[in-house]
Amino acid sequence: MSRTRLLLFSLPLLAFLVMGYFFLRALNSDPSLLPSTRIDQRVPAFTLPSLMDARAMISEQDVKGPLLLNVWATWCPSCKVEHPVLNELSKNGIRIVGLNYKDVREAAIKYLEFNGNPYQENIYDEAGDLGLDLGVYGAPETFLIDAEGVIRYRHVGVVTPENWRELLWPKWQEMGGKGP
Amino acid sequence: MRLFILSLLMVVGTAYATIDAYEFDDYEKEQRFRALIGELRCPKCQNQNISDSNAGLAKDIKDRAYRLINEGKSNQEITGYMVERYGDFITYRPPMKPSTWFLWFGPFVLTSLAIVILLIRKLKAKPPEPVSVDAAKHKKVEDLLKKLDD
Repeated sequence: MSRTRLLLFSLPLLAFLVMGYFFLRALNSDPSLLPSTRIDQRVPAFTLPSLMDARAMISEQDVKGPLLLNVWATWCPSCKVEHPVLNELSKNGIRIVGLNYKDVREAAIKYLEFNGNPYQENIYDEAGDLGLDLGVYGAPETFLIDAEGVIRYRHVGVVTPENWRELLWPKWQEMGGKGP
Repeated sequence: MRLFILSLLMVVGTAYATIDAYEFDDYEKEQRFRALIGELRCPKCQNQNISDSNAGLAKDIKDRAYRLINEGKSNQEITGYMVERYGDFITYRPPMKPSTWFLWFGPFVLTSLAIVILLIRKLKAKPPEPVSVDAAKHKKVEDLLKKLDD
């Protein structure tokens, strides 16, 4: 077989290998995970009422960390799963600000009374406006915000003891956060 | 019976009206809005545009797009605004940049490659050798053909 023929015949094999590589990668990646476009940017400007007190207004000036900005709602089943973890973190001195996302105020307040309140403050985003500006596409989501109010990381999905230890805790320390 | 069908038609009419909740003072804006929500992809639902999706987030994005159109923003500006928040995922028209070059040019490159290979093969192929038949055989065939004709 001549050299060019060998080359020609190996083309399909090569194409197969390249495609196989990408398909294999696609198998192991979760297509529902979107990268955040807000990393290394400031928390977008907003003025929204506090969940606990409708007359108290909260703005981006109040979201300076190091803190966790946790997007949650009473309609979100996964949020119930991570709630005990947040309670634990809060007990250990991690500052958590809640973004109560597209929820009903009374229901949210009752929920916190019943399940414990890990949040130092809760932003009441009834229409999902701040959520949209943050690129939130579901709950729960957790943003790591540094002392300047810059978003350092976004975690989509439940915070578990495992991913806190392995993923979020190192990032938390990296941006100067203290705690357990 | 006729009344029944008529009442059915009325039900359909009202159902449609509730879907179409966005009202515009000018036709051009409405057209632009329709085009826009057809091209924005719902971040929550993988493969649906926000026009088709009933997800809460799709409605939020539609509401925001509606507001921005009425503020006089162009469709391009609004798409940019959404990409700023949700990334390239949100648009069904991926932007041209190094990581999407394969997507944009891949098919053309592969097609040209195939054409080039086919052409090379065609040009390299040897012309078929002329068929030579000796006189005796030729005569035999002619006779057979003649027989068939008769």
